[in-house]
Amino acid sequence: MLRGYVLLFLAFLYAPILLLPVFAFNDGTAIAFPLNGFTTRWFAEMTQSRELHAALLNSLMVAAAASVLAVLLGLAAARANVRYRFPGKAAAMGLVMLPLVLPEIIVATSLLVVIVQFLEWPLTLWTVTAAHVLICTPFAVAILNASFQALDPAMEEASIDLGESRASTFRLITLPLVMPGIVAALLISFTISLDEFIIAFFLTGSDPTLPVYIWSLLRFPKLLPIIMALGTILVILSILILTLAEWNRRRGLARAGVKDTGGFL
Amino acid sequence: MQDPRRGLTLVAPPLGYAVALLAGPLLAIFLFSFWTQDYLTIDRTPTLANYREVLSDPIYRTIMARSLWISGAVTIITVVLAFPVAYYISFRVRADRKSLWLFLVTIPFWTSYLLRIFLWKVILGYNGVMNSGLMGLGLVDEPLTALLYNANAVVITLSHAFAPFAILPIFVALEKIDRALLEAARDLGESAVTTFFRVTLPLAMPGVVAALLIVFIPTVGDYVTPAQVGGPGGLMIANMIQTQFLGLNNAPMGATLAVVAMVLVTIISLAIVWLARRLAGGRR
Repeated sequence: MLRGYVLLFLAFLYAPILLLPVFAFNDGTAIAFPLNGFTTRWFAEMTQSRELHAALLNSLMVAAAASVLAVLLGLAAARANVRYRFPGKAAAMGLVMLPLVLPEIIVATSLLVVIVQFLEWPLTLWTVTAAHVLICTPFAVAILNASFQALDPAMEEASIDLGESRASTFRLITLPLVMPGIVAALLISFTISLDEFIIAFFLTGSDPTLPVYIWSLLRFPKLLPIIMALGTILVILSILILTLAEWNRRRGLARAGVKDTGGFL
Repeated sequence: MQDPRRGLTLVAPPLGYAVALLAGPLLAIFLFSFWTQDYLTIDRTPTLANYREVLSDPIYRTIMARSLWISGAVTIITVVLAFPVAYYISFRVRADRKSLWLFLVTIPFWTSYLLRIFLWKVILGYNGVMNSGLMGLGLVDEPLTALLYNANAVVITLSHAFAPFAILPIFVALEKIDRALLEAARDLGESAVTTFFRVTLPLAMPGVVAALLIVFIPTVGDYVTPAQVGGPGGLMIANMIQTQFLGLNNAPMGATLAVVAMVLVTIISLAIVWLARRLAGGRR
């Protein structure tokens, strides 16, 4: 009975996503039943839209920059958290992790107030990137915490005892061992930034990111099938990225010789 | 290796970033909420006028109450629906299959949030999947209009969006339970049902509390779902904040609403934690 319930729950969880390809290949502009016939024309039209390409490029740039910066900050925070004791540690880590439990609208509005009202800076893709770094960092810290915890400190000590400097120990011993965690954190941060809407909606200037562009399209029913086609591709892409992240994480755990205890979070 | 100075140097960049882009702006929005909009300019004389308006104007009170009510319903529904799933993965699934199951549960969460919510519109809409299905089965004669553009649609859609957030913390708490305790309870004459309620559930409480918070806090501030499926009767506080900032051009009022929402969320979250501690203490 429990198994039946769980399968039903999975069906509920996957129901919306399974509809994406249905309408992406449906020959008709209405996103409703009954279906009309099979077509690939929405995918063809998708490749024609210049605005869509611009928005996608914006999103990719923002996500690339935000994920790299978030992982760099995450590396420092996770390393400090796992390896060192220092005054004010709980408060410092609490503030770094705070965006995880703060409604995104609060992050968005508070940054908007500072940028527009206090600093009077223009809103650009950089403002979006800066905010995305802030919300991606806690995820990077969470993943890298696990990587650093799985790392045996004796390996670094042995390296230093054998005459390596701190810097070369980090490069030759620590970095390769936490590399799978770094890759996973990069992929997760990239995915979060790519999909983030509300902060980008508030902080975007004249160049929309992909979610902001999709949002503007939701009001024009004619273009919706193109969005369905795009969505189908995005879903496949994120499943690929996540599979890669998961495969990487497991490889990392296997390399560090730790038992697998679960998923990303 | 325990040098505090090294730790401080390491934590300085991420901490500095969080102070500059989070603590600072939060302080700024707090300050800003005491100013007022005077047509095109901002009047910087500190005043409680915005707060007075938020507390007295029925529009704000209705929307605030509705946000809390919707989030509360979403939180309880999500956690109740998620618990059996987490239980199944932790207790029934073979150890080497567990991470695959967690992966299966989290995948929908990583796919475009906007599109998932839009697709709920497709499911619940007039010509939607639900109505086509019900009509096809002959259960209704004409499409139901009560499915979309109201608070219920917001509750359904948000419960779907936050399901993985509830499953993961409960799963972690269940994994930590020493299985020997359950055997001991059975050996001492408890039935399967009483073992669950007297041993498993109390030990899983930390995970349940984490799940309650992790669903409740972000849903209060959700913008997209109420805007897409809520209709006029399903709008929530984030929609009001957005209107103040980008539509009505009354940024100080938007800031006040954000501060009030933040304070309410904090109070309720602390109450949940306190209540859970009391309950846990009472059982010991």
